[in-house]
Amino acid sequence: MKIALFIPCYIDQFYPQVGIATLELLESLGCTVHFPEGQTCCGQPMANTGCERDAIPTYEHYVETFSSYDYVVTPSGSCAYHVRKHYDIIEQTPEVQHLRQRTLDLSEFLLDVLEVEQLNARFPAKVGLHQSCHGLRGLRLGPGSERNLDAPSALHTLLSMVDGVEIAELARADECCGFGGTFAINEPDISAKMGKDRIADHARAGVEVITAGDMSCLMHLEGILRRQGSPIQVKHIAEILNSKA
Amino acid sequence: MKEHATKAAAFIKDEARTDWHDESLWFVRSRRDKAAHGIPEWEQLRELASQIKDHTLSHLDEYLEAFEAKAIENGVTVHWAADAAAHNRIVHGILQEHNARRIVKSKSMLTEECGLNEYLEAQGIEVVDTDLGERIIQLKEEPPSHIVMPAIHLKKEEVGELFHQKLQTRKGATDPQYLTEAARQHLRQSFLEADAAITGVNFAIAETGGVVVCTNEGNADMGTHLAPLQIHCMGIEKILPKAEHLGVFTRLLARSATGQPSTIFTSHHHKAKDGGAMHIVIVDNGRTTQLGRPDFRNSLKCIRCGACMNTCPIYRRSGGHSYDSTVPGPIGSILTPGIDLKKYSGLPFASTLCGSCSDVCPVKIDIHEQLYKWRQIIAEEGLLPTAKKQSMVMAGKVLSRPGWYKAAGKSARWVTRWLPRPLIYTPLNTWGKARELPEAPKESFQEWYRKNRSAS
Ligand code: SF4
Repeated sequence: MKIALFIPCYIDQFYPQVGIATLELLESLGCTVHFPEGQTCCGQPMANTGCERDAIPTYEHYVETFSSYDYVVTPSGSCAYHVRKHYDIIEQTPEVQHLRQRTLDLSEFLLDVLEVEQLNARFPAKVGLHQSCHGLRGLRLGPGSERNLDAPSALHTLLSMVDGVEIAELARADECCGFGGTFAINEPDISAKMGKDRIADHARAGVEVITAGDMSCLMHLEGILRRQGSPIQVKHIAEILNSKA
Repeated sequence: MKEHATKAAAFIKDEARTDWHDESLWFVRSRRDKAAHGIPEWEQLRELASQIKDHTLSHLDEYLEAFEAKAIENGVTVHWAADAAAHNRIVHGILQEHNARRIVKSKSMLTEECGLNEYLEAQGIEVVDTDLGERIIQLKEEPPSHIVMPAIHLKKEEVGELFHQKLQTRKGATDPQYLTEAARQHLRQSFLEADAAITGVNFAIAETGGVVVCTNEGNADMGTHLAPLQIHCMGIEKILPKAEHLGVFTRLLARSATGQPSTIFTSHHHKAKDGGAMHIVIVDNGRTTQLGRPDFRNSLKCIRCGACMNTCPIYRRSGGHSYDSTVPGPIGSILTPGIDLKKYSGLPFASTLCGSCSDVCPVKIDIHEQLYKWRQIIAEEGLLPTAKKQSMVMAGKVLSRPGWYKAAGKSARWVTRWLPRPLIYTPLNTWGKARELPEAPKESFQEWYRKNRSAS
């Protein structure tokens, strides 16, 4: 099984520890993981702004970089969703079709491919789980509070395998944090207000660490937390799953 | 383009009020959740409703004609209006024919869309909205801010003050019971004096030629029972093939709208009362154009339950008026660009694409997907602000060239690491208004990887 690691651009540049945790976690589970040089981005920032035409070269670059692997694993539900859902505007070559099936969010790869049932991880803290929207409602990593379905939530399942984690009960289980890519820049006031409200929910629940499957949500929440001088930390779920403390 | 953001920023300035608005709507969403989760077959119902609507939209011409034939058979007069102006003219014509000058009207987003009240008032005809929320905003001379709860943006203190001024209630009174009673007494007079009653239509049944009107206050019934002339105005998309399909939708509608098992009144109108007259006005006003757009046609499945507004985290925090359109919120943001792309080019961007609207929607409209598609069209049509477009072209270049990407990433990290705060947190940096930028690490993941795993 040839596995490639895809580290989205903003994680590469600003949160290398998330890439490292993802890599180490996969390696500790016995996977040989390659990190193809020259990878950049899935193209989502342009496409969500309406410029998917301008994203095509980036899509093509992604396909070129990753098409020789059996699986592409990424610590981002949002990027995985983008490749799977929106790479429909380029020619559907066998390579593109393959990547649109085999680009997986880390949690999907752990649960559906590796069929992980336990982890050797310890993280003693009260953790608030932020359900990033694209993972939740795009990749269907959980049922979502809107739908009347009895399905497990992938991130809950994984977190409950970590020794010491106490998952906090939130008043609003899966409300959006307000990041939304360029939305955060175009509608800064609503975006920040949404983030503040999410944080208040976590704070009321006594959360010490907010985690999520997407670092972009956490970057936004962390920006507000630091501005507020809050002691609440953010950690990508890969960091918690890879914790040995 | 930036209009929603500007209006939203103004709304949000009063944070306590924003919180109140958000909580009020979240409460409705929570009631909806309870009701929806109380029905084990909820997801099947949504699927069924979606399929019935898809089928009906694909055979709309046939069902509309069947409906018309049946209605005529029942003795109803049917009118067709191509647009808002035709609709208003037709309604006015019917009223003139019956010499009707005092009109009561129950809730109808269609007549709101067509601007019927203003039109009729200009002709010297008095229209009284009889839905309590509608009456409140009519007295306040404001547009509705929500399609199911038109006055949800107003606090009871504000309604008290308004009623004190317009209906002479006690100054400072805020007791909802007292205020509602005052509105009832005031409306009763209008009901008794009305020459005609106008209603909206929730569903029109092709098989029977009847229309179905759902309300909680019984105001539509009071109007149509008392006035000799009744006029029902409907968009072409309100058709259902058979009476047996109705139950699927009434079960979904009230639960999605307010969390009730059904609306208090679900009234079926088939023919005029003895000595009365019944008219139905069927309106297109841009709907067939929308039907012709494959990516957007299924927005016509909408049953106007308002659930997508109640769940939308942006709507809840920006208020309905920030959308500046008759139908606000997520569904409004996919309907209005089809009517005036330029005017409403900002609305598809008033979203994080979180997808909650699509999952809450009882007829499974892929609202957030359509927002995404409108964005593409808006950019293609050159309606993005230049700076935004240019930065996306640039990003597209950088992100498809590994060498450029590496250099750009390095300089971005350098900038956030070494530039003094005042140079970073400028008014141009909207990110930094309420948020810190991420702390830039020494090295990127790629750099770390090269050092630590280069052998592999
Ligand atoms: S789009 Fe769906 S959720 Fe929104 S008002 Fe229409 S039917 Fe209700």
